[in-house]
Amino acid sequence: MNKKIPICVTVNGHLYEEDVEPRMLLSDFIRHQLRLKGTHVGCEHGVCGACTIQFDGEPVRSCLMLAVQADGHEIKTIEGLSADINALHPLQEGFREAHGLQCGYCTPGILMTLEPFLDENPMPTEEEIRHALSGNLCRCTGYQHIVKGVSIASEIRQQHLEDASGEGGEK
Amino acid sequence: MSEKVFGKRVKRNEDARLLTGNALFVDDVHLPHMGHIAFLRSPYANARIRSVDVSKALEMEGVIAVFTAADLGDYWKPAPLLLSPPPIERLTFVERTQPPLAKDFARYVGEPVAIVVAEDRYLAEDALDLIVVDFAVRKPVVDMEQALEKDAPLVHDELGDNVAAHVIQTKGDYDAIVKMAEVVVARRFDYDRGTAAAMENRGVVAEWDALSQRMTIWDTTQAPIPIRNGLAKMLGLSENQVRVIAPFIGGGFGPKVMMFYQEEIVVPWVSMKLKRPVKWIEDRHENFYATSHERSQIHQAEIAVSKEGKILGIKDIFYHDTGAYDPYGLTDPINSQCTLLGIYEVPNYYSDFKAVFTNKIFVTPFRGAGRQHGVFVMERLLDLAAKELGMDRVEIRRRNLIPPDAFPYDNKIIYQDFAPLVYDSGNYEPVLDKAREMIGWEKFIREEQPKLRAEGKHIGIGLVTYVEGTGIGPYEGARVQVLESGKVSVVTGVGTQGQSHFTTFAQIAADQLGIDVGDVEVVTGDTDLFHWGTGTFASRGAVVAGSAVHAAALEVRQKTLNAAAAYLNADETDLELVDGQARVIGDPARAVSFGTLAEEANPLRGAVKPGTVPGLEATSYFGPERGATACGAHAMIVEVDPETMELTIHKYVVVHDCGVLINPLVVDGQIHGGVAQGVGNAFYERLAYDDWGTIQNASLRDFLLPTAQEVPAMEVGHEETPSPYNPLGMKGTGEAGAIPVGPLFASALEDALSDLADFEILEIPLSHSILWGITQAVE
Amino acid sequence: MKPAPFDYISPGSFQEVLDSLHQYGSDASLLAGGQSLIAALNFRSMQPKVLIDLNKLPELAYVRKDDGLVRIGAMTRQHTLEKDAIIEGLLPLMFEAVPYVAHLAIRTRGTIGGSLVYADPAAEQPTINLALGAKFKAVSTTGERWIPAESFFLQTNHTALKSDEILTEVAVPVMSASTGWGFEEVARRDGDRVMMGVAATVTLNEDGVCQDARLVYQNSAPTPVLAEQAADLLIGSQANEDLFLEAAEVASQGEIDPLTDVHATAAFRRNLARELTLRTLRTAFERASKREGTPHE
Repeated sequence: MNKKIPICVTVNGHLYEEDVEPRMLLSDFIRHQLRLKGTHVGCEHGVCGACTIQFDGEPVRSCLMLAVQADGHEIKTIEGLSADINALHPLQEGFREAHGLQCGYCTPGILMTLEPFLDENPMPTEEEIRHALSGNLCRCTGYQHIVKGVSIASEIRQQHLEDASGEGGEK
Repeated sequence: MSEKVFGKRVKRNEDARLLTGNALFVDDVHLPHMGHIAFLRSPYANARIRSVDVSKALEMEGVIAVFTAADLGDYWKPAPLLLSPPPIERLTFVERTQPPLAKDFARYVGEPVAIVVAEDRYLAEDALDLIVVDFAVRKPVVDMEQALEKDAPLVHDELGDNVAAHVIQTKGDYDAIVKMAEVVVARRFDYDRGTAAAMENRGVVAEWDALSQRMTIWDTTQAPIPIRNGLAKMLGLSENQVRVIAPFIGGGFGPKVMMFYQEEIVVPWVSMKLKRPVKWIEDRHENFYATSHERSQIHQAEIAVSKEGKILGIKDIFYHDTGAYDPYGLTDPINSQCTLLGIYEVPNYYSDFKAVFTNKIFVTPFRGAGRQHGVFVMERLLDLAAKELGMDRVEIRRRNLIPPDAFPYDNKIIYQDFAPLVYDSGNYEPVLDKAREMIGWEKFIREEQPKLRAEGKHIGIGLVTYVEGTGIGPYEGARVQVLESGKVSVVTGVGTQGQSHFTTFAQIAADQLGIDVGDVEVVTGDTDLFHWGTGTFASRGAVVAGSAVHAAALEVRQKTLNAAAAYLNADETDLELVDGQARVIGDPARAVSFGTLAEEANPLRGAVKPGTVPGLEATSYFGPERGATACGAHAMIVEVDPETMELTIHKYVVVHDCGVLINPLVVDGQIHGGVAQGVGNAFYERLAYDDWGTIQNASLRDFLLPTAQEVPAMEVGHEETPSPYNPLGMKGTGEAGAIPVGPLFASALEDALSDLADFEILEIPLSHSILWGITQAVE
Repeated sequence: MKPAPFDYISPGSFQEVLDSLHQYGSDASLLAGGQSLIAALNFRSMQPKVLIDLNKLPELAYVRKDDGLVRIGAMTRQHTLEKDAIIEGLLPLMFEAVPYVAHLAIRTRGTIGGSLVYADPAAEQPTINLALGAKFKAVSTTGERWIPAESFFLQTNHTALKSDEILTEVAVPVMSASTGWGFEEVARRDGDRVMMGVAATVTLNEDGVCQDARLVYQNSAPTPVLAEQAADLLIGSQANEDLFLEAAEVASQGEIDPLTDVHATAAFRRNLARELTLRTLRTAFERASKREGTPHE
């Protein structure tokens, strides 16, 4: 009954070949088998959003997937956003600027949710940001600084795009 | 950089790691040969345990061990009482604390009965199903009022009743004054149960290394040092053999300072027994049953006022639900008793409470720690009195403020820190006025509300105030050291669960030592690195530990100047500390780096002058004479859909006075977070029990935490009335946001729907359905 | 909260799915989106012996127009539906309702088939499909049959599917140009299971007279409720507030049987049902008259 199944999954650009029990949750696989501890587990019923990762580019709850389902797919976790303190993703930078995290436990899930959101909505309103956040629970910040962090991130992102395309002059 | 950083909105030192997923939380600890633990928990709230048969579980492949209370032998004893009751004259208290594993009785659903250790958590949970417990089920008592009835089921058979404590505190003579009152408003108020639901659940990892005879424990506790001390004693080890690490913790809010949880007592014992590391991580469903709750009280209160709205006296008789045990003493209900007085002059006060045992998990402080209830009662009574007098709700408050020249102000009753409830400093009228102005009270009531009402909208306004007793003793300590790298280390014994200690303590040290905040390395929560302290709770971390950091940093500053003076052959008064160097004022070329001074202060060879102390280091302790009383006011404009009861909060204002601020960004964050929990407590978070003591909504799907859509954007204003009881003049702020939101919702929602029905909100938490029910009941 | 052990099959062909279902019957659960199933596995409220994974069969996910029907493969993700032009143009009621389903991270995995078979009366898909008169295709090794939405939902979490049948397609009649719709729900927080929801469709002739109407109530009973008496009241009439009120009263007092639970009392749910009926009927009539091209007052 507990026979292991081989899977191939790309995580943050790196291909892993692993054997997993069918009932192992994707969240546990990422954390304990791949030892990528940045993804956090808050509820295991798909409500809190702390375990959110990107699966083939879309946000999903890793606690509501089995590791076996990741076979042949691409996953991105917080470790794949940016690990370089000097070259943070605009969202990480924005959060840092705005005090958008306190204990930091919900933060990776929120960043994984917001990255594709910001790509699709580069200049979101406060209402749109709060709506996008509504599937992620935070117990520390009261959300206000997170919202501010996203606004700052969108400005930073705009600036990066302008710099990259050569507009806006020297900085 | 000689610009001061204390008081600035400095970015956090800890963020880089947290934002990149590089911070250690307890479940991230991975040790070879680690066993994984699951607890078998009682499904019954009141049952005699006749036998426990673990034989089938032991046979299961992958199971390493199974233990019950019998296996603990002499180790089995009820946990220590954390806090004795304060020295109040009319007080009775019955101590009943939780056993590490239930032996003959299970007293609440979720009480641990047995422990399984397996190769992984999946297998451990499988094994739970194989344990057979013979329970003789009895009818539990879940409701407080029922628990006090004559033939109620008993939580503790030997006690004869369910009264855990009875406390009366008074000042003046209420019975005399009430006869002279022109208006007396008496009501019953119901405050119902909730739980902190931090995003990270609890966890304990224990590693007993028999070869080095050392026990290392990672614990999601807010108080690692007391845990270390208590566990060392229980396990028969010396304190030096036990190291407790509270790493990054995903939110505390109070229930993680409760000690000693059964799991904290048993998991290290298991590691010693098996001679291998073991891990227990609480899951979310378990958290509802295994981590303490709060908030359940019933008050029968009355206020006597003159026709000018002056408070003549208050009488409050209440019941406090302590659950099946009372390990935390009477902190919560005494906070309720004391915080009720608020920022007002209450010349006569009669407060009488009974703490009641019920067959539910024990109650221990959760952000606000009982203050909510007192504030709910007072603020509601004032609103109701104002209504009877036809008086403006802000005006009635203004007429009763403790005047600014009355401090320190003695309320003449005993507080949770065992000392008389004395407010250190306060200036309340500017706080009230600022909130009133920021919300646009006058304009809203006179112009905007009538206009919107004429358009058919149901929109209302409320304003409430509160005090928050913070920064209490006994003490905390800190050690500051200049390192040979040139950076500065700050180590303290408290833990951190998001309060930005890695930054705020760095700011305090940075200012004294003229160094960049980013070059100050702060360590918290490791008992090997700091030996004495009590923990993070009661909004005291910044005040008490921060003051200790300040004192130690001052000493190190002096040592550094002395060392630099000797090194540079200059007079100490001619030197300044800037950018990690000591240099001669006006002659910056004559300078020496901190790193060099640190090296010089710790020679490897040679002789030193007698009496020399090595290094540039100092350890200092701070114990305030008394706590610092912060205060504030919240105001809100809310619109309600009269059919669906959906709320739209149009404006939310907080004015908070916590003395001098270390980092305004951090303070705002604490306030926002507190308000969010207050919003949850007001309209979303209510634990529902059935008659058998089972929680009907033990999941985040049905116990609702507010999201970014339910928590409003807030405008925060600050007043700064310094505390005279610590050198930096700080007061705490951690709980403030959460305290007054309940009565604020009640006040504003009554106002919003006042043309629908003449109703009163006397209970909290509310919900769409409860609110509708209240408005319907009066028709 | 870890699942109990199970055997796992990941069929590479649809026939394998049918054969496995035939072999294991009620010992097996089908894994579609997993957003309800895996949560149930974690709570151990479901402990199937075998899990049959449908996610390696892309042929089960599609959205096609076929004459007067929109055919949706059962494995189509909810998030696909909320972006799809066919759904937007031809099934605007569904297009409006899908964004209400939980949160984005749930919709990226959750499927329409999974939601229908899970048969939570508080979910959007059962209500919407009942309102649209959808038919569901059930396939087993012994053949296939079509089950109309009206007879599909039997009880909470219980449908007319046999233990060896799999739902493969949802066929929904295209909404006509003269059909207006309304959809409203009230939940405690956005994305939560609703306390009450109402979907309304009305079809009007050129004179604005109602020819056909459907009112479906979400979380009003163990299954979504088609309130036929209330809807019948509307037939033959034009938009009129008193009529809406009457229909709302009949539906909320007489045709639904809501529960009292931790979130709401039955009485409050009835009140919500009444109010949401009014709102959805107003919207549905207004939209229907606009699509007709008749001038809107």
